[in-house]
Amino acid sequence: MATLSVVMLSNWSNCCNRPSGDYKFRQAYRRNNLHLRQSSHLSSSFHCLCATTLPVLEEQKRTFDAERAASLVKDLRNNFRSGRTKSYEWRVAQLQSILRMIDENEKMIIEALYEDLGKPELESFTAEITMLKSSSKEALEQLKRWMTPEKVKTSISLYPSSAEIVSEPLGVVLVISTWNFPFLLSLDPVIGAVAAGNAVVLKPSELAPATSSVLAKLLEKYVDRSAITVVEGAVAETSALLEQKWDKIFFTGGGRVGRIVLTAAAKHLTPVVLELGGKCPAVVDSNVNIEVAVRRIIAGKWACNNGQACIGVDYIITTKDFAPKLIDALRNGLEEFFGKDPFESKDRSRIVNSFHFKRLVGLMDEDKVSDKIVLGAQRDESQLQIAPTILLNVPEDSLIMQEEIFGPLLPILTVDNVEDSFEMINEKSKPLVAYLFSDDEQLKKKFVQNVSSGGMAINDTVIQVSVSGLPFGGVGESGMGLYHGKFSFETFSHKKAVLYRSFAGDSSLRYPPYTPEKQKLFKAVISGNIFGIILALLGWSRD
Amino acid sequence: METISDLEKQLGGMREFYLKGKTKEASWRIAQLKGLRNFLREKEEDIFEALKKDLRKHPVEAYRDELGILIKSLNLALNDLKKWMSSKTAKLPIIALLSSAEIIPEPLGLVLIISSWNFPLGLSLDPLIGAIAAGNAVVLKPSELAPACAALLAANIPNYLDSKAVKVIQGGPAVGEQLLQQKWDKIFFTGSTRVGRIIMLAATKHLTPVTLELGGKCPLVLDSLSWSLDKEVAVNRILFAKFGCCAGQACIAIDYLLAEKQFSSTLVNLLKAMVKKMFGENPKESCSISRIVNKDNFLRLKKLLDDPLVKASIVHGGQMDEDNLFIEPTILLDPPLESELMTEEIFGPLLPIITLEKIEDSIDFINSRPKPLALYAFTKNKTLQRRMITETSSGSVIFNDAIIQFAVDTLPFGGIGESGIGKYHGKFSFDTFSHYKSVARRSFLTDFWFRFPPWNNSKLLLLDSAYNYDYFGVVLVILGLKRSRKGFNIN
Repeated sequence: MATLSVVMLSNWSNCCNRPSGDYKFRQAYRRNNLHLRQSSHLSSSFHCLCATTLPVLEEQKRTFDAERAASLVKDLRNNFRSGRTKSYEWRVAQLQSILRMIDENEKMIIEALYEDLGKPELESFTAEITMLKSSSKEALEQLKRWMTPEKVKTSISLYPSSAEIVSEPLGVVLVISTWNFPFLLSLDPVIGAVAAGNAVVLKPSELAPATSSVLAKLLEKYVDRSAITVVEGAVAETSALLEQKWDKIFFTGGGRVGRIVLTAAAKHLTPVVLELGGKCPAVVDSNVNIEVAVRRIIAGKWACNNGQACIGVDYIITTKDFAPKLIDALRNGLEEFFGKDPFESKDRSRIVNSFHFKRLVGLMDEDKVSDKIVLGAQRDESQLQIAPTILLNVPEDSLIMQEEIFGPLLPILTVDNVEDSFEMINEKSKPLVAYLFSDDEQLKKKFVQNVSSGGMAINDTVIQVSVSGLPFGGVGESGMGLYHGKFSFETFSHKKAVLYRSFAGDSSLRYPPYTPEKQKLFKAVISGNIFGIILALLGWSRD
Repeated sequence: METISDLEKQLGGMREFYLKGKTKEASWRIAQLKGLRNFLREKEEDIFEALKKDLRKHPVEAYRDELGILIKSLNLALNDLKKWMSSKTAKLPIIALLSSAEIIPEPLGLVLIISSWNFPLGLSLDPLIGAIAAGNAVVLKPSELAPACAALLAANIPNYLDSKAVKVIQGGPAVGEQLLQQKWDKIFFTGSTRVGRIIMLAATKHLTPVTLELGGKCPLVLDSLSWSLDKEVAVNRILFAKFGCCAGQACIAIDYLLAEKQFSSTLVNLLKAMVKKMFGENPKESCSISRIVNKDNFLRLKKLLDDPLVKASIVHGGQMDEDNLFIEPTILLDPPLESELMTEEIFGPLLPIITLEKIEDSIDFINSRPKPLALYAFTKNKTLQRRMITETSSGSVIFNDAIIQFAVDTLPFGGIGESGIGKYHGKFSFDTFSHYKSVARRSFLTDFWFRFPPWNNSKLLLLDSAYNYDYFGVVLVILGLKRSRKGFNIN
């Protein structure tokens, strides 16, 4: 046994000495990995001794510590400093490879998403694969334009001069991703980071292990691994990464971990993008085309990773009178989409894991909440499924109204007047998205003016994320920083101001010794008053 | 300063006022900006007086670096506000047919501005202009190290601006700490890297975004210019950007100079001659140079020169007058690189010259140190200019001049890495204090059936076309003319 450990560890260190992109050992991180898909570096005899070597594996799990993270960052920094990633050609090559990678491995990706979340193929296709493809295509099409320095005007007091704003990469950046759209939310920021010319470390979520593994395997094969690296792992690995100095950290996840990331970043003054979540409300007015509205609400709740989406509808606010009609319509719509037996349909993702399953069950079963259920609530722990569930008028202080639901439960709150909903939303922390369904132009206007949120969609849900011209990001508790399309490029770029002056056109005005005449002239120049400048120069200024 | 609960009550009142929506109105914002401009115009004499008291700044310098810049910023904001406030439209994919999308700037809420003592007016009010232009409620904490200016702001701002939404709170570190415990929608800080870290850490509690305007050692790369006129202009600009701008106590002041060895004696001679021309034979008598802000900073600077190896490298100046907090413009040639003078931000009238074999070596020299707020390069060599832009990283790059980038509204001002986070000036100030809210609008009229479950392969195909703006593809699929893709189905 002891000998075996030594052999294994030496094999281990062999693979650790390989170039930084080659983190084969991440395979060992895979959860539920008793079958241990082994990396090719480990001896095959290892397979039959799995059980006895588990402690050794535990040892290996800890191997990605701060020290190894530091050496990884150092390698990447050296590669970044070589300047290779800054060239247009490098960026284009990487983006093309990413596009090719997605194209050639659709099936593998869809399977991984199914394994992790039971995600229906069509959902994986539309919400992850297609989104990523159009992201990379847009970046490829626009990159030249994005990279072109922006010429800006300079003022009269600096004549003659010229100025421009140059986008430069930040350096070595860290992308920490999440499990609900594990493919999209990992690669979309990476596309932005690469387009902007950075070296990137991606840490996918360990809660979507199949996708994490696919990402690691594919990226290693398709992109320049001396500048784009995947580190798989959980808390220990993330902590080791967070201890390092990064030039930007891009985090998608919950507010609690977001704070940890921000704290770690403060030490090195690292700028951070936090894509968090929050309770996204949908206000439903009584004048709407109810069938269409309900379809779109269902699309933004249960047909969107079964409610496990940061932009999913969290709860509905509608008028007292309209609530029964809305519930009826929702009931019909759900039946139309998912059939009579909620467990039969394959068109909804499952709950990601039993921890979240129990959390959701806890939300429904809270004392003052369980009697408010008007539809659903059936659960099947073995399948990690909960039926589409609707609750009416749950108390504001219940857990389900305090925390982000992130699952197939939909509380409906009622108000006398639809405008009362604004105050209800504003009393809570700012959501990532606020939805409104209404045909009333005045109400739409007021909603846009009075409700603060990361983004808004009126008369639809979720669809706004496919609009590349729109920035995506939160405000307040729902996050900081924006991305998507050009905003991704900007998020990972530094806008460097560049000012060119010649040695001509110097005036003694700026320099000491100072005199009252200089002061007068200054006033004239700064206010752009040509006449005043002439007067001051001639010594005729009045003030 | 009031107790914490008083403070909380005050801030609560401000937040309540903000939520009423008054500050979002364009008319409110314009009135505040005009109020601020009136303050600057009507209290000009008091402002000069306060700046003289705090830093012995000459009125011309005060006007050039603070008052004038502020009036320019206000004029720009007043002129462009409507344009800044208007929304932008965005393009939508076919699946969202009959829709529109726009990006609307909205204020963040209640924001905190913590300012610095070296340009106590400019660095307080320039961010304030951005914050009110963007429609926020603002608390401004000026630096206690420039007490006359802080008092002036506290006394006058309430008379010129809406005191329900804009407040000045004076105080030192204790007050700063109390303020940092509160919840803000943005914190804008100008000051040192050390305090910047504290601010960022405090901001994590409420997930508050921060803008940090810090400093760092801004290098000046001086190529051996061939024309004597160029040399003279260059040296003039250097002296102004080091000694003539709050006596080097500026985050964008030149910190040190990089020049070729063979050029160094010419350079030193030129510098010496021009210093005399600018500040006279006896610079202590000159009213054109600011004094050191306080004793702490005076002693800090004195200590930098106490290092015997540093002292030995002085080629001009070095005189100090503790009673008057005066330090003579001082030039040093090749002080040791590991001395504190060359590892800390100098922030005072000491100018080290570091000589290199070749001017191109400056690129490595700069890259081996933290990213500066500004990089100055005096050169006519286009290749070197291009290399400076692409091979080094800094908040900004300025060729053949210094400091003046601060006055260019069209350029973002801000650092990178150790020199800060975020940017401001002109429209960038407005952006810094705004949240860009995306709004997508739809009608109930059109809805493609293929957006909704139950799922099948033909829906998949339609979505593929629709997402990619492939209108023709959509039509083909609907007509049944386009066959399904490699059909695999997990379900």
